[in-house]
Amino acid sequence: MTSSAPTMAPLSQGTLPCLELENVTISYGGSEAVRGVYMQIPRGQITAFIGPSGCGKSTVLRALNRMNDLIEGCSLKGRVIFDGQDLYARDVDPVEVRRRIGMVFQKPNPFPKSIYENIAFGARINGYRGDMDELVERSLRKAAIWDETKDKLKESGYALSGGQQQRLCIARAIAIEPEVILMDEPCSALDPISTLKIEEMMHELKKSYTIVIVTHNMQQAVRVSDMTGFFNVTPKADGDGKVGCLEEFAPTETIFNAPSQQATQDYVSGRFG
Amino acid sequence: MAFNSSTSISGSALSGFQRSSLRFQGQLPRNRWNLLYTCLAGVFAATAVLPLVLVLAYVLVKGGGLISLQLLTQLPPPPGLDGGGIGNAIIGTVVVTLIASLIAIPVGIGGGIYLAEYSQSGKFAQFVRFGTNVLAGVPSIICGVFVYGLIVSTRVFFDQSYSAMAGGIALAVLMLPTVIKTTDEALKLVPNELRWGAIGIGASKFVTIVKVTLPSAFTPIATGVVLGIARAAGETAPLIFTALFSPFWPEGVFNPIATMSVLIFNFAIMPYEAQIALAWAASFVLVVMILAANLFARWLGRFAQA
Repeated sequence: MTSSAPTMAPLSQGTLPCLELENVTISYGGSEAVRGVYMQIPRGQITAFIGPSGCGKSTVLRALNRMNDLIEGCSLKGRVIFDGQDLYARDVDPVEVRRRIGMVFQKPNPFPKSIYENIAFGARINGYRGDMDELVERSLRKAAIWDETKDKLKESGYALSGGQQQRLCIARAIAIEPEVILMDEPCSALDPISTLKIEEMMHELKKSYTIVIVTHNMQQAVRVSDMTGFFNVTPKADGDGKVGCLEEFAPTETIFNAPSQQATQDYVSGRFG
Repeated sequence: MAFNSSTSISGSALSGFQRSSLRFQGQLPRNRWNLLYTCLAGVFAATAVLPLVLVLAYVLVKGGGLISLQLLTQLPPPPGLDGGGIGNAIIGTVVVTLIASLIAIPVGIGGGIYLAEYSQSGKFAQFVRFGTNVLAGVPSIICGVFVYGLIVSTRVFFDQSYSAMAGGIALAVLMLPTVIKTTDEALKLVPNELRWGAIGIGASKFVTIVKVTLPSAFTPIATGVVLGIARAAGETAPLIFTALFSPFWPEGVFNPIATMSVLIFNFAIMPYEAQIALAWAASFVLVVMILAANLFARWLGRFAQA
C-alpha cells in the first residue's frame, strides 16, 4: 500500500498538465483568502494540498470545479485552465464543469435515497443511456464497496457506516465518469481502517482519473500523492489580517525530504509556528 | 472574613463559604421558594390546558349524541321543522378548503423555494419575508373583506357575486403565510452538504432542488401544509361574506356554498331547537375533522424521523 514509487519531476517527462492555475487570487467579500497561486496539476496522478488551517487549500480546491460559485461573495481573479479552456470564462457552464470535474466532500453526504439510487441519480441526470445495473456495479466495485453493499442495494445510503458512506460518495462521483476527482479531506471524519481502504482505492483510481486531495494528515499525503503543494498563511503586506499562498509545489518526495523553502521544512517536520 | 468552622465538614476551613450538611433541608429559603414557584408554574400550566379540555368535552357531550348517518347525508331542515343533517355543509367545507389548497400550496411552496434557495437574502427577499409575517398577523375578517371587495362586489366570475371560489380564495390568503414560512424554514434545515453533493456531480440547480432538497424537506413541509389546511377549514369570518351560505346542495364553485363554520354561526343563534342541535353536531364534526388533520400531521412528522 505504501507509496508506489512516485515519479520524479512528472511534468518534465512529457506529462500534460490537466489543470493549470495562473495567478489565481480568491476573495470572500472584500478580503483575500488566497493570493497569487500558480500551479500545474499533472494528469493521471494524485496531487495533495497540505498546509495549516485557513491557508486556503480547500478554497483553491473548490475553485477547480467552480463550487465556490455557491458561496456568496466569493470571487476569483486569474485563470483556471482545464482542457485548454479558462473555467471562469463568461461562456462556460458551471454545471458542465462539475460533470467533468467531480467532487467528494469532507463529511460523507449520501442522498437520502437507496444505495442504488445514490449512484444512479448522478448518471441519470447526466443523461446516461447504458445499462444502469452494470454502471452501479462497476462504480461500486471501483470504490471498493461492492462486496459490502451488493446484497442491500435497495437499502438507504444512511444505513451504511461513515467509512462506507464516504466510499459510496466516491462511487457516486465515479459513476458520472469525470476526468478529475477533487477530494476535500475525504478521510478526516473516518477511522484508520476506513482511511486505509480509501487510500488503497485511490491508488487504483489514479489509473483512470486525475485526483486532487486536500489533507491535514501529512502521512496520508506521503502515502497517496505524487505531487504535493504546500500552502501557508502569511500576514498581509498592509498588516491587516492574513492571506494564504502556495509556498511550494513539487513532487511529494521533494517536499518531504528536501524542500526548498524553510517554511515547508518546518511544517513537514512538525516545527511549525 | 468570618467563616463558621463548626459547619465545615471538610478540612478546607479557609473557604469563605459556609459548608452545611449534604442532606436535603426543606426549610431553607431557596428550597421553599423553589417549591412555591414549581407549584405556581403547575397551576398556570393546568389553567392553560383547561379551556382545551373543556371545549372538547362540551362539544363532545352536546354534539356527540346527534351523530348519525342521517346527519352526515341530509340537508338541513327549513326553520321550524325537525330532523335533517349537515351533508351540504360538510361537502362545502371540503370544496372550499380544496380550492384554497389548490391556490395556496403551489404559490406558497414556490415562494418558500424562492426565499430559501434562490434569493441571495437581498432587499426583495427581506421584503417578502417581512410581508409574509405581516400577512400572518392580518385578522381573518380583513381577508374576507378584501376578497369581498376584490371578487364578490365586482362580480368578476361569470357575473356571480358570492361563490365557493371567493371563499376558497379568502382562505388561500390565510393559508399562504403558513405555507411560505414552513417551506422556507424546512428548506433552510436541509444541510448544505446535500446540495453540494448533488451540484458536485453535475446536477443543475433545478434538479438539485426538485430531486434532492425538496424530497428531504418533504415531511416538515407536508406537516406545515396540513396544519395550514386545518386552520383554514375552521375559519368562519372570511367565509361569511365570500362563500355566504346555502341551504341546498352545492351547485358548482361559482355559486354560494354552505360550510360548517358558517352553518354553526348561522344556526347557533336561531330560535329553533333543531337548528341549535345541528349547530352542535356540526361543531363536533368540525372539531373531529381538525383533530384528525392535526394527528395526520403528527403522523407525517414521525414518518420522517424513521
